[in-house]
Amino acid sequence: MRVDVVLRVVTKLLLPFILLFGLYVQFHGEIGPGGGFQAGVIVGACIILYAIMFGLDRAMRVLSVTAVEKMISLGVLLYLGTGFAGMVMGGEFLNYSVLQHDPVHGQHLGITLIELGVLVTVAGTMVAIFYAFAGRGR
Amino acid sequence: MTGEGLTLAQQLPALQIVLPLTGAALCALIDRRNVGWAIATLVSFAMPVISVMLLIQVLTTGPVSYAFGGWEPPYGIEYRVDVINGFLLVLISLMGAVVMPYARRSVASEIAENKQAWFYCVYLLCLAGLLGMAITGDAFNAFVFMEVSSLSMYVLIALGNDRRALVAAYQYLILGTIGATFYVIGVGLLFAMTGTLNFVDMAERIVAVEQTRPVLAALAFITVGMCLKLALFPLHVWLPNAYTGAPSVATVFIASTATKVAVYLLLRYYYSIFGAAFVFDDLPVTPILLILSLAGMFVASAVAIFQSNIKRMLAYSSVAQIGYITLGMAEATRLGLTGSIVHLFNHAMMKGALFMVMGCIAYRIGNCRLNNMAGIGRRMPVTMAAFVIAGLSLIGVPGTVGFISKWYLALAAFENGWWWLAFLIMGSSFLAVIYIGRVIEMAWFREPTGPAAEATEPPLSMLIPTWILAGACIVFGLDAEMTAGVAAQAADALFAGLR
Amino acid sequence: MSEPLDEILNVVVGNFNQWITIFLMVAGLYVVVARGNMVKKLVGLSIFQTSVYLLYISPGKILGGTPPIITDGVEVYSNPLPHVLILTAIVVGVATLALGLGLVVRINEAYGTIEEEEIFDQGSDE
Repeated sequence: MRVDVVLRVVTKLLLPFILLFGLYVQFHGEIGPGGGFQAGVIVGACIILYAIMFGLDRAMRVLSVTAVEKMISLGVLLYLGTGFAGMVMGGEFLNYSVLQHDPVHGQHLGITLIELGVLVTVAGTMVAIFYAFAGRGR
Repeated sequence: MTGEGLTLAQQLPALQIVLPLTGAALCALIDRRNVGWAIATLVSFAMPVISVMLLIQVLTTGPVSYAFGGWEPPYGIEYRVDVINGFLLVLISLMGAVVMPYARRSVASEIAENKQAWFYCVYLLCLAGLLGMAITGDAFNAFVFMEVSSLSMYVLIALGNDRRALVAAYQYLILGTIGATFYVIGVGLLFAMTGTLNFVDMAERIVAVEQTRPVLAALAFITVGMCLKLALFPLHVWLPNAYTGAPSVATVFIASTATKVAVYLLLRYYYSIFGAAFVFDDLPVTPILLILSLAGMFVASAVAIFQSNIKRMLAYSSVAQIGYITLGMAEATRLGLTGSIVHLFNHAMMKGALFMVMGCIAYRIGNCRLNNMAGIGRRMPVTMAAFVIAGLSLIGVPGTVGFISKWYLALAAFENGWWWLAFLIMGSSFLAVIYIGRVIEMAWFREPTGPAAEATEPPLSMLIPTWILAGACIVFGLDAEMTAGVAAQAADALFAGLR
Repeated sequence: MSEPLDEILNVVVGNFNQWITIFLMVAGLYVVVARGNMVKKLVGLSIFQTSVYLLYISPGKILGGTPPIITDGVEVYSNPLPHVLILTAIVVGVATLALGLGLVVRINEAYGTIEEEEIFDQGSDE
């Protein structure tokens, strides 16, 4: 692989900011445009950029295929778990208002957990799709 | 919070969907084939319990409504169970429960070991998608579940061990996505005109804008989209390859459930939302459906006669049988609709049994070619007896479920004064006699040769589910009180509408 | 300007979003039908799906409306529902495209080509 110093250095500088921006979109999603899906794609793109610049092997050392597959299902389970919690507390599935005594707090907590689940699943899925295509035929 | 909480009985509609989804996530997380099978079986056995309880609840106290996430309809997503989709939920979940014990041996023999856990994961997603399509009371939510079930179906088909399965899955992906997109265009037009996505709310608001051009366009888009999904005759090209290429278990499950749910959704739009008077009296839907159904019944049956792969033959027969279902819709009377709905159930029973027999044969001799099946009835008599029973049912011999459906369809034809239609229904049954007869002749009246000579009965775990479905063909054929009774109630509910 | 010209302009310019929707819809569908290359078919399919996004989104914009987050002094909000629906539809589109491309990769490995005609030729030999 040809080593392009400028690209590599710039990528290394960019990566933390991309991750940070992903988290910003994640947590700002509650009061403005954004949310788990968008944030998940940004986080996934961060890992994909790393894989493009430094090779698939090094990316897989950071985040292995197994880990990515687990991320997909764990995110979904977090989402579903929040839904079940609403059920156990006596509301409908995914009814966040019952999660805490104050419905508004419950909504905050519920949406944060749900979006976290979405973030994990979407980031995992995006990276998994990339790995599946990039790792084919090697 | 205690005291005002919902009881478990009130949570049933959500559990119906959420349990398979959770099961799918767990299958993917654990990634062990035995655990995957155990989870899938557990969930599949829980589903009919829930759906039967829901149907009983509906039959005794009327439609059940569930406000997802606590957002009241029409603003939030509503899960709404009435007689017709309650009936459908029971059908889908029963098929899932029957298929799972069968799946273990069949999947182990047909699918690579490292993919088996994922097979169960995808199967559960498909189950959740189909149940979701049936249970939801929200037009867009139905689209999402349609795509959940379709995407998982493409994967199930692509898991087949023949490379042609890949091409079949690809073709189905293209056509299925076009169908779903047509549906969502229709929903978009309806949403633009009525400002709501809730079925009940939409049914109320559409009255004011019924004759406008966007609503007519929406009806056309939804009709074409759903007809692609349910494989009405000229739009059926994806079906034979898909059913032939898919693993046996996937074929059994898809053939007996997927098209049925699409039929339900079309019924829901025709009767509950647009209204039967608008669709069938003001617009020429009846002749269109009638001609296409009849063409399907005859052309597909005729093509089935010339197939050398029995799975493909049965797939063409499915296209013909879908013709019967849409025929009942075209008749647009209470009796015709009853015939349609009861045939949804009956066809699932007999086609499920037939494809299960094919799975048993593939388990023993590796494929389903007619030439390899010479004399197989003498080596696998119990299995092939199930084929005979389900085959007779497909023909429509009295005492089997096939007769019940055709009886209602013919009655409806006479009621409409279309006596020629009753003769055509019989005529297409004769074509079924030919293609089923070919297999029976080959299997029972030849000396066992080739791979069939060494074949033995399949394991009990595969034989018992096969016979459960074959038995159902007889039981519900002799006593149609339950199935036809519920179907008649469902037809009444559809004619009454949501308004 | 004359009356009929006015009317035509109204139909063409006034509904330009719908014209784009229809153009994308037909163009996408045409590519799906007319091309034998499996990747190109998927591209057409994506364009076809994109037209639906526009169909939903464009009526959701209300002139002068702000993002639908309750604030003092604002009375007109855009309709958020179409955006949420289309976010879901985009996810579905991504999943479909990824699965379709995945299938094409597998087909290429199994057949050595992604032209439909060549695949059907190979299929008939068996």
